Amino acid sequence: MRLDIEGITVEAAGARLVDDLRLTVDSGAFVGLVGPNGSGKSTLLRCVYRALRPADGVVRLDGDDVHAMAPRAAARVLAALPQESSAEFDFTVAEVVAMGRLPHRDRTAASDREICAAAMDRTGVAHLADRGFLALSGGEKQRVLIARALAQQPQVLVLDEPTNHLDIAHQLDVLSLVRASGLTVLAALHDLNLAAAHCDVLYVIEGGRVVASGAPHDVLQPALLAEVFGVRAHPVRHPETGVVQLLFDLLPQGTTTCASS
Amino acid sequence: MHRSPTRIVRPKPKSGASRLPGASRVSVVSLVLALGLLLLVSLVCGVGLGAAGIGWGDVFRLLGAGLTGGTIDAGDVAAYAIVWEIRLPRVVLGAVVGAGLASVGVAVQAMVRNALADPFVLGISSGAAVGANAVILLGAFAGLGVWALSLSAFASALAATALVYAVARSPHGLTPLRLILTGTALAYGFEAVTTVMVFGAARGEAARSAMMWLLGSLGGATWAQVPLAAVTVAAGWVWLRWRAEALNALAMGDETSAALGVQPAWLRRELFLVTAAVTGTVVAVSGAIGFVGLMVPHVVRMLVGADHRRVLAVAPLAGAVLLVWADLLSRLLLAPAELPVGVITAVVGVPAFLLLMRRGGYAFGGR
Repeated sequence: MRLDIEGITVEAAGARLVDDLRLTVDSGAFVGLVGPNGSGKSTLLRCVYRALRPADGVVRLDGDDVHAMAPRAAARVLAALPQESSAEFDFTVAEVVAMGRLPHRDRTAASDREICAAAMDRTGVAHLADRGFLALSGGEKQRVLIARALAQQPQVLVLDEPTNHLDIAHQLDVLSLVRASGLTVLAALHDLNLAAAHCDVLYVIEGGRVVASGAPHDVLQPALLAEVFGVRAHPVRHPETGVVQLLFDLLPQGTTTCASS
Repeated sequence: MHRSPTRIVRPKPKSGASRLPGASRVSVVSLVLALGLLLLVSLVCGVGLGAAGIGWGDVFRLLGAGLTGGTIDAGDVAAYAIVWEIRLPRVVLGAVVGAGLASVGVAVQAMVRNALADPFVLGISSGAAVGANAVILLGAFAGLGVWALSLSAFASALAATALVYAVARSPHGLTPLRLILTGTALAYGFEAVTTVMVFGAARGEAARSAMMWLLGSLGGATWAQVPLAAVTVAAGWVWLRWRAEALNALAMGDETSAALGVQPAWLRRELFLVTAAVTGTVVAVSGAIGFVGLMVPHVVRMLVGADHRRVLAVAPLAGAVLLVWADLLSRLLLAPAELPVGVITAVVGVPAFLLLMRRGGYAFGGR
């Protein structure tokens, strides 16, 4: 399923957090959003998974306006991993995954169980089913939340910094799980090398606007990174795989182009 | 220079990992059946025990006579009245109020996403107290006769609800923090009004009955109060049970909830109305009985986990049983005098709660 973001604008307290932003995620593509803190990535994603109604613009799934759809109908095609974690009520892993079935109609306890079990198997958390969600490690929690998203049986998956607070193995693990899902994916990511390695297309966001887009290695050029992130990037080839990796320094004092907005 | 190689020490895998919270959950069906049976026994005990000594044989005979429309001796008329007109409505109302407070407690905790919230955190009961005490102390609405107290309490509960709602509203809907802060702040205001009325009251007995009402009591229970309270509590429960899955989503957070197709702002608005209606009705007939709405949801979650479908199946029964026994104790301990039932729920509830909390296996607020 194709995701189109057409001219989304979000305003809060007179400031434009997202400004007439347009982007497209082709069916089955993994698209990454990168940009400095406060650039509007999370705000944009919140508009996509309907936690926020934009002041202007339309989010379309195969042409249908997401905000005009019934909430549950939208949740049947689009799942999200927001960046929040509530620690108030200790649901078990199985209960958290089962929440993914909520938007669906015509379901039975048996079919729900089967779908949830399959989702937990795919993300390797079946053995945690009876554990309390709050007691899990960060990596386990993300796998459980991905299982919940899979149990939702969506066609589009939206992720807001899914690799935050994870160790390097779990970061790779989470992104390959997402990739393996085969869904249309839009993800905000902080680690540029990780984003370059996993995404088909990258959009660079600054001040609520798209400042560059395209294939990762075309986009992540030192000049752009200096301007947007305020860092000096140094591409090197991985000695074994030959993949280009970026090394970063702060820009020399005085030349910093202030990237924060 | 000699350097010893870096040693990598690997921790052994934890073997006790499977015994973490959530591992021991009780079967809900058996729990509901057991509590249902216990409630039945409690109701019978509530009718059989009391200040006026009526033998168990007589109690069952009189209950049977009332149910089957049988005849009784002229000498049994007083005992029949005690059983049918005083004890039974009181016990039934106690069960209804207990079920209502427990259900609403579950709802409010999910609504403000805080396991320490209770039905009174929204200021509804403090508002009701203003209306009730206006009747008790100032003789307001005397034209309404016996209905004055309940109606005035309910009306002021609704007024308080409307006020809290109006103040807590924001462009982002009803957020948990605004609800708690507004409810708490306005509750202090309402309590100040009540206190002024109590201090200004000329009659000592009236102040005493105002106190009784503030701590909660089922002493004034009549059959006339039962149907409306029962219907409101039942309707509220049915709605909550129907929305139980949505409550689960809301408990995980507003963003998650939205992503699962449950609009948090709408759900919270609906929850606010339902909890206000049930709390207002319950408080109008029994005063502000504390602790049931806080403790029962906690204990039930410890037993069956956090899933609201199960919590809402068990909580009303547990609340009903607890309140029937608390009320029974409130009238037996100092018989023929009565204690406010809120004192009993606190005396029984606090140690039970602390004990369960110390036993562990329960997490909230990030431990």
